[in-house]
Amino acid sequence: MNGMKLMRALLATATLAAATTVAISEPYDDGQSKTYYESFKGKKVAFVPLSMGFDLTEGWNAGLQNQAKALGYTVEVRDPNWNVEAAVQAANGFVSEKPDVLVLHPLDQQAYNRIVPKAMAEGINVVQINLKSVTNGDAYVGADWYDLGVKQAELIVKACGKDSGKNGKVAIVTGQAATPTIVIGNQAFDDVFAQHPEIQIVAKQSADFDPAKAQAITSTILKQNPDLCGILGVWDGQDGGTAAAIREANMQDTVYFVSSGGGSKAAACDNIANDLFDAYVSYDVPGQARDLNAAVKILLQTKPKPGSAPFALYTPLKILTKENMTPSSCWTLEEQKAFGG
Amino acid sequence: MVKGLHQERIVLLIAAVLFVVFSVTLPGFIAPANLLSLVQNVSILGILGVGMALAIIGRGIDLSILSTMPVSVAWMLNLINGGMPIWAGLLCALAFVILVGVINGVLIAYVEVPAIFATLAMGIVVYGFGRSFMAPIEAVYIVNDGSWFWRIGSGQVLGVPTPVVVFAAVALAAWLFLRYLKPGRFIYGMGDNPLAARVTGIPVRPMIVLQYILISIIALIAGIVMTTMLQSINTRLALSTMVYDVILVVVLGGIGLSGGKGGIRNVIVGTLLIGILLNGMTIMNLTYTVQSILKSVILLAAIVVDTLLNPRDEQTAQHGDI
Repeated sequence: MNGMKLMRALLATATLAAATTVAISEPYDDGQSKTYYESFKGKKVAFVPLSMGFDLTEGWNAGLQNQAKALGYTVEVRDPNWNVEAAVQAANGFVSEKPDVLVLHPLDQQAYNRIVPKAMAEGINVVQINLKSVTNGDAYVGADWYDLGVKQAELIVKACGKDSGKNGKVAIVTGQAATPTIVIGNQAFDDVFAQHPEIQIVAKQSADFDPAKAQAITSTILKQNPDLCGILGVWDGQDGGTAAAIREANMQDTVYFVSSGGGSKAAACDNIANDLFDAYVSYDVPGQARDLNAAVKILLQTKPKPGSAPFALYTPLKILTKENMTPSSCWTLEEQKAFGG
Repeated sequence: MVKGLHQERIVLLIAAVLFVVFSVTLPGFIAPANLLSLVQNVSILGILGVGMALAIIGRGIDLSILSTMPVSVAWMLNLINGGMPIWAGLLCALAFVILVGVINGVLIAYVEVPAIFATLAMGIVVYGFGRSFMAPIEAVYIVNDGSWFWRIGSGQVLGVPTPVVVFAAVALAAWLFLRYLKPGRFIYGMGDNPLAARVTGIPVRPMIVLQYILISIIALIAGIVMTTMLQSINTRLALSTMVYDVILVVVLGGIGLSGGKGGIRNVIVGTLLIGILLNGMTIMNLTYTVQSILKSVILLAAIVVDTLLNPRDEQTAQHGDI
């Protein structure tokens, strides 16, 4: 009998405890938070980067995954590994699976021109990250490449132009010629230098985004122009090679080198600390990841008819130099994986 | 017919003509500092060319070197950045490239897969395996800059940039190997006529394995020079077209793809022509596209002249000639 009583008591206690837990686990609703959380449950986000495995896409993806885990939706990634055809295929595959939001990182301006409208016609909201097709999706998150080019060129003008007392001799080590970032960036360089005739472009060479080529080109340019005042780089992944050539020629002190990129510690801040990059325009990947997550959250909550309310979140650019750099100016993937988004 | 004007001499001649023209027309070209940087800029290509020459002389080819090089070095950097001593990381990378060489060699010698397919597939395997397990982030940077080891590719010896010194050392070692060592002579024999080589008692199969191990080790050396020069390595190199540049340097220099012919001198001649071209065109500030056109036209011209002066002999042409 006693055993029976004990059992009942235990059962009652357990039921009570369970009831209380349910009561406690019902979250507080401030009038908006409940619908906020519910709008994400079970949703599907798809992401086609131009390739995984490098600082930008790994950083964004870390942020995307962190937020998805916290809010109970999924982000599926298909890695086309720098191949445009594979990327188009991956995006097409996603369109037929009808995710709620499709995040695209286009390798060139034309490749997704048909996929973006197709996805939107299927009712999928499209976000483009850091590179933009000619066709607009629902949102663009990323750098304004023209603004980035202007900022870089103005830094060079400040270091080598009229008021600097220098000779104005500048070299440009640019990247793969047809990519939108390079086309737009070069336009910006030209526009700024048109207003500063004292800047003399002694060499303009493409290194094809390959640091080894950048090293070879820069070493030749430096031998030809021992009095060179400045060099414009276009992307830290390539500019490491340019920096290596400057260091080898022992010209860190005389050549003013401006680079740009996503601001990862190894590619950016380490080079600034070593005096190899004199100025660096960062589009701050953790910030972009946060913006990207914001765009996804807005679209999942408001569910606009695709294309009906396009918006852009242009990345605020940070200009880093040795003087203004702090330990938090750059980021590492470990940090981003732990706290990003 | 001009006697003795075979491809190596034609390319040397073109290189000499370009050299003279550039020296006269381009200010600063002839300066010793520029000439050193000219050679330095192609030294990695040259080191890889020496490896490729070892393969082609033995009637093989190694398309996997451009995967082996960045993946092994990226892995080594990851290990060292993770706290491993440099020598241990280096040993791991060495073990890895030897393993790749052994697999290449066994596939070619014992499984009898044609070298071009075996190494093509192996290149993809190495890159894929590397990206998945050894270097998930494609650009790996040198973090701890303290040791002399990290200056292998960026220092100078008596005013000569170290990449040039390493290129010279690798070329010299390969030349001595091919000329004075038994396995080196065997490689010529195997390249000239593998069946005859076998009948004469040359251990053809183990020799092929050795050959591909050596090539992989040379790829590792090139990778170490490259990464210490640039302070980073990018495994995406495996997806680039650089492997064709390497084959080009070798074939342009006059090493026939049918094997058994040529030597290290040919690699040096081919490398120098490319170096002179690239350097001159950079000084002229030509655009990337124009550079590509000029480069390919001159290379095509060299091959056409060779074909005209040395027409194919149907009687001695070998099966497998490309």
